[in-house]
Amino acid sequence: MSSASHSSAAPTADSTRLSFIVGLVLLGFLGLIPILSVAFEDPFLLTLFTRIVIMAIAAVSLNLILGYGGMVSFGHAAYIGVGGYTVGILAFHGVHAAWIQWPLAVLISGIVAALIGLLSLRTKGIFFIMITLALSQLVYYLGNGAFAYGGDDGLNIMKRSDFGGLLNLDNRPTFYYLCWVILLATVFFVHRTVNSRFGMVLQGAKSNDRRMATIGFPVHRYQLTAFVLAGMICGLAGVLTATFTGFISPAMMHWSRSGDLIVMVVLGGMGSLFGPVFGTVAFLLLEEVLSSWTEYWKIVFGPLLVLVVLFARGGIDGAMVRGQAGTLLAGCAAFFLLYGIHTAYEDEWLIPTLILVAACALVWVAKWAVDRKKAASHD
Amino acid sequence: MLLIFEQFLNGLQIGLLLFLLAAGLTLVFGIMDMVNLAHGSLYMMGAYFAAVFTEWTGSFFLGAALALPAGALLGIAVEVIALRTLYTRDHLDQVLATFGLILFFNELARLMFGAGGMTIQTPDWLQGQIMVLPGLPYPSYRFLIILVGLLCAAFLYVLVQRTRLGMLIRAGASNREMVGALGVNIKQLFTLVFGLGSALAALAGLMAGPVTTVQIGMGDNILILALVVIVIGGIGSLPGAFIAALAIGIIDTMGRAFLPNILGSFLSPSEASTLATALSSMLIYILMAAVLVLRPAGLFPAPGR
Amino acid sequence: MRSVFKTFALLSTALIAMPFAAGDAAAQAAKKIKIGFVTTLSGPNAAYGRDMQNAFNLALDHLGKKMGGVPVEVIYEDDEQKPEVGKQKTEKLLQRDKVDFVAGYIWSNVLLASYKPVLDAETFLISTNAGPSQLAGEGCNPYFFAASWQNDQNHMAVGELLNQKGIKSLYMVAPNYAAGVDGTNGVKSLYKGQVIGQDMTKWPDQLDFSSEISKIRAAKPQAVYVFFPGRAGVQFFQQYSQAGLKKDIPVYSAFTIDAVTLKLQKDLVLDTYLTSTWGTDLPYAANQKFVTDYKKKYNETPAFYGAQSYDAANLIASAVAATKGNLKDKKAVGAALKAAKFDSVRGPFKFGHNNFPIQNVYQQEAYKVSDTEYDLRTVSTVLTAHTDPHAAKCKM
Repeated sequence: MSSASHSSAAPTADSTRLSFIVGLVLLGFLGLIPILSVAFEDPFLLTLFTRIVIMAIAAVSLNLILGYGGMVSFGHAAYIGVGGYTVGILAFHGVHAAWIQWPLAVLISGIVAALIGLLSLRTKGIFFIMITLALSQLVYYLGNGAFAYGGDDGLNIMKRSDFGGLLNLDNRPTFYYLCWVILLATVFFVHRTVNSRFGMVLQGAKSNDRRMATIGFPVHRYQLTAFVLAGMICGLAGVLTATFTGFISPAMMHWSRSGDLIVMVVLGGMGSLFGPVFGTVAFLLLEEVLSSWTEYWKIVFGPLLVLVVLFARGGIDGAMVRGQAGTLLAGCAAFFLLYGIHTAYEDEWLIPTLILVAACALVWVAKWAVDRKKAASHD
Repeated sequence: MLLIFEQFLNGLQIGLLLFLLAAGLTLVFGIMDMVNLAHGSLYMMGAYFAAVFTEWTGSFFLGAALALPAGALLGIAVEVIALRTLYTRDHLDQVLATFGLILFFNELARLMFGAGGMTIQTPDWLQGQIMVLPGLPYPSYRFLIILVGLLCAAFLYVLVQRTRLGMLIRAGASNREMVGALGVNIKQLFTLVFGLGSALAALAGLMAGPVTTVQIGMGDNILILALVVIVIGGIGSLPGAFIAALAIGIIDTMGRAFLPNILGSFLSPSEASTLATALSSMLIYILMAAVLVLRPAGLFPAPGR
Repeated sequence: MRSVFKTFALLSTALIAMPFAAGDAAAQAAKKIKIGFVTTLSGPNAAYGRDMQNAFNLALDHLGKKMGGVPVEVIYEDDEQKPEVGKQKTEKLLQRDKVDFVAGYIWSNVLLASYKPVLDAETFLISTNAGPSQLAGEGCNPYFFAASWQNDQNHMAVGELLNQKGIKSLYMVAPNYAAGVDGTNGVKSLYKGQVIGQDMTKWPDQLDFSSEISKIRAAKPQAVYVFFPGRAGVQFFQQYSQAGLKKDIPVYSAFTIDAVTLKLQKDLVLDTYLTSTWGTDLPYAANQKFVTDYKKKYNETPAFYGAQSYDAANLIASAVAATKGNLKDKKAVGAALKAAKFDSVRGPFKFGHNNFPIQNVYQQEAYKVSDTEYDLRTVSTVLTAHTDPHAAKCKM
C-alpha cells in the first residue's frame, strides 16, 4: 500500500495539536447552541444539548480517574445520584436556595467518594471494578429504599433552585450557559491538574504504581484525592441534572449508567483532554438520532462498541492523533448528512440516502483509482 | 416453623439457579481470566430458545432439551467470533466489549422475538404441589428446579474432581500458562469450558423462564448477582460459587420474606416493604464489599491464587 | 482527502437545500391536531399498550381521523414501564413534536414522574388509565383529566364487596408503587373486617410470589385480596393455583383480570371476585359499537385499558368540536373537556370537580364461553355514581 492511503502513523506534533484545536472548536460550537436553537425554532435542540453538556461534565470527571489515573470505576453514576438527591431532598423540605443546595451536594458527593475510595483503593484490577460496582449498587439500593423520597418511583422537584435573583435558572438559555461554563471550567481544571506535579504522579501511578511508591510518593493518597475530586465534579453534574429535569430517581445511579459513562470516555479517547467531550457528544447524538430512525438502534451500537474496543483503542481522540482525522471527519460528515436528509425528507429519505451512498462510492472508487495510478507510476 | 422451612426452600431454589449461572462465569473467569458480562445474555437466549422450541414441539421437556445444545452452540459461536481476541486484553476492554454484546443481544432478542416477551408453558403435571414435609405442600415445578440444580452441582463436582477434563480445569484455574506449557491444547479447552458454561447459563434461563416470564434484559440483573457470587466464592472456584450462590439466595429470600414483618411494626406496609427490599439487596453488596476488603481472593479461592 | 470533503460539502448542500426550496409551502401546509400518547409498548406488559393503541386508533377511525373537521395525528411513545423513560418521552412529545394534547399512561408511577412538564406547559393531559390520588386531591389541576378512574375506586368496591359477602379476615397482596398503595388504602377504607396481613411486592421486577403465597398459607385468612395489573396477574394466579390454595381461599381482585390476562389465566380465575368500572356487556350503544368493531378489526376482545382510551379519544374530540378547533383558548378547551359531552362506553359520563369521573363500579366474574374462550360478565353494581375519596381535598 502506498503511503498516500491513510495510515496509522505515530502521533506527530501536528496531529496532537489538531485534536486540541478540534476540541476547542467543539466547545465553541457548544456555546452557539442556544443561538442555533432560536434560529431553527427548535427548543428540543437546546434540551438535547443541555443534557449532552451535563453528561460531558460527568465524563470529564470520570476521565480524570479512569483515563489519567487508570482507576476503572464502574460506579461513577452513583455521584450523579448523590448530587441530584441532595438537591431533591432539600427541595422536598422547602430549601430552594441554590447557594445552600449546590455546595452541600458537591460536599456530600465528595464524602461519599472518599468513603468508596477508601474501601476500593485497597484493591486492584478486576476487584477494583467489582467493588466500585458493588458500592455504587449500595447507593442505588439506598435510593430505592428511601420511601419518603419516592423510592424507585423517583422524586419530582417541584420548584427549580434559584440563586436569589443573581441568575434566573428558569430561563433555558441562561441555564445552558451556566452548564457550558461549568464544562469549560472543568476541562480547564483537569488540564491544569493533569499537567501539575499531582497529575504526573497520578499518571505515573497508572503505568506502574509500585515504581512510584518506590520513588517515595504516597500513591494511595494521591489516588484517593483524585477519586474524591472526580466524585465531587460528578456530583455537580448530578446537581445540574436534577435541576434541569426536575426529577431524580435511583435509575440514574444504576450500574448500567456507570457503564454508559465509561463508554463515553473510552469512545472519545481515554486519557486525553477533550476525549470525554467528544465521546459524550458522539454517544448521545448517536443515541438520539439513531433512536428516531429505528427502535433497534442498539443493535448497531453494541457491535460498534465492541469494534471500537478491539480496533480503535484511543477512541476518537486517538484516531485524530494517529492521523486518521480525515476518516473521522468523513464519518462525521456522512452521519450529519444522513441526519439532515432524514430530518428534511422524513418519510422520503430513501432516495436521497441512496444518492448519497452512490456518490460516496463513486468518490471512493475514483480516489482508489487515482491512488493506484500514482502507485503504479511510482514503481 | 413450616413457613421458615418453606422460605428456605424458596431461597434454595433461587440460589441454585444463581449457582448454575455463576458456575459458567467463574469457570470462564478462572481459566481464561476473562470477565464475560454477556453471560447474562446467554441466560436470556436460553430462555427464549426454550420458549420457542416448547411452542414448536408442544412439549416443555423437548423444548428444554433442544434449548441446551442451542445455548451451548450460541456461546461457542460468540466465543469464536467475538471473544477470542479479548483473552489477551486487559479487564477494562473485556468489560466494555462484553457490555457492548449485552446491548447487541438485547436488541437481537427484541428483533427476533418481539418486544412483548414470551411465556413457557410447563406441562400440567408440574402445575401441582408435592408434599415435601407433612403439612407442607410445595409447588412441583420449583421442586424440580431444586432437584435439577442439585443434580447439576453433583455432575459438576464429579466432572471437576474425577475426570481428566476436570483436572485440566482445576489446573488451568490455578496456573494457565503452566497448563499450556505442559502441552495441553489450551484453545480447545477454552472453547469446551465456554460451551459448558453457556449450556449451564441456558439451563438456568430456561428453568427460570416459567417462573419469571421470558423477557428482554432478564439476564442483566441476575448477571450482577452472579458476579457478586463469584467474587464472594472465589474466582475459578466451583465449590465457592455453590456456597456463595446458596447463601445469597437464602439471604435475599429470607430478607424479603421476614424483614417487612419486622419493619412493619413501626412502618406502614408499603414503607416496610420498600425498606426491606432495599435492605436485603444492600446486605448482599455489603457482604461482597466486606469479602473484597478482608479476603480479596474470595472465601474458597482456587489454590494457587 | 481535501477533495473528498469538497465533494461532500457540495453534495450535502445540494441535497439538504432541495427539499427546503421545493417543499417549503407544503411543509407549512395543513393544520393538524397532534396528540401524544405515552404507553408501554415493550416488555411483558406490551400487550396493554397495544390494547390502548388499538382502541385509540379505532376511535379515530370512527371519527374519520378528524376532530372538529381538523385532521388528527397521534404520536405513540413507549415508556418501557419506567418513570424516567416516560418522563423523557413526554418531554420529547412536548418540545420536539409540539403536541396539543398528551394522553395515555398505564402506570401511576410513570404518570407521576411525567405530568409536571405537561401541566407546566399548560397542555392538557388526559390519563387513559392511571388515576393516582396525588392528582385527585391536593394536586388537582385544570389541565389534568382522568378519563379512566381514580385508583382507589375499584379497590373500595372490593372492600364493599367483601363486606357484602361476609368476609371477616383478609390477607392483602399488592405491588409496592403508587397505585398499589392507593389500592390497599382503598380496600381498607370501606372494608369492615380484619386485615390479618399485608404484603407489598417489589414492582415491577417481582413476578415470583412464592414468598407471599407461603405467608398466605400460614396465615389462613378467609379471603385474599390482590392487585396485580398486567403480566403479574397471570403469574400470581398460576403460582397461587400451583400452591394448591385456589380451592381453599377465595381471591378478590381489581385490575388483575382483564381480557388480555384471561387468555392465559383461563380456569384459574373462575370462582373469583373482581370489580371494574367497565365491561363488554354494558348495555350502551357506544359500548356495543366499540366492542363489536374492535373484535372485527383486531380479532380480539378489548380490555378496560382500551375502553378508557376509546373514551379519551372521544372526549378530546368533543372538546375540539365544541371550541371549533380553536385550541389556543385553553379556558374554553378546559371547560369543554370538563363538560364531557360525548358518548362514553360506560354510559352517562360525568367528571367530578377534580376532573376525575363519577361512575359506577361493578362486580364481575370470569366465565367459560367455550373450551378455549373465556370472558367477563357483570354481576351487580357495587358502588353507584361513586365520587373518589380525594375529591374533597381538591381546591379547584
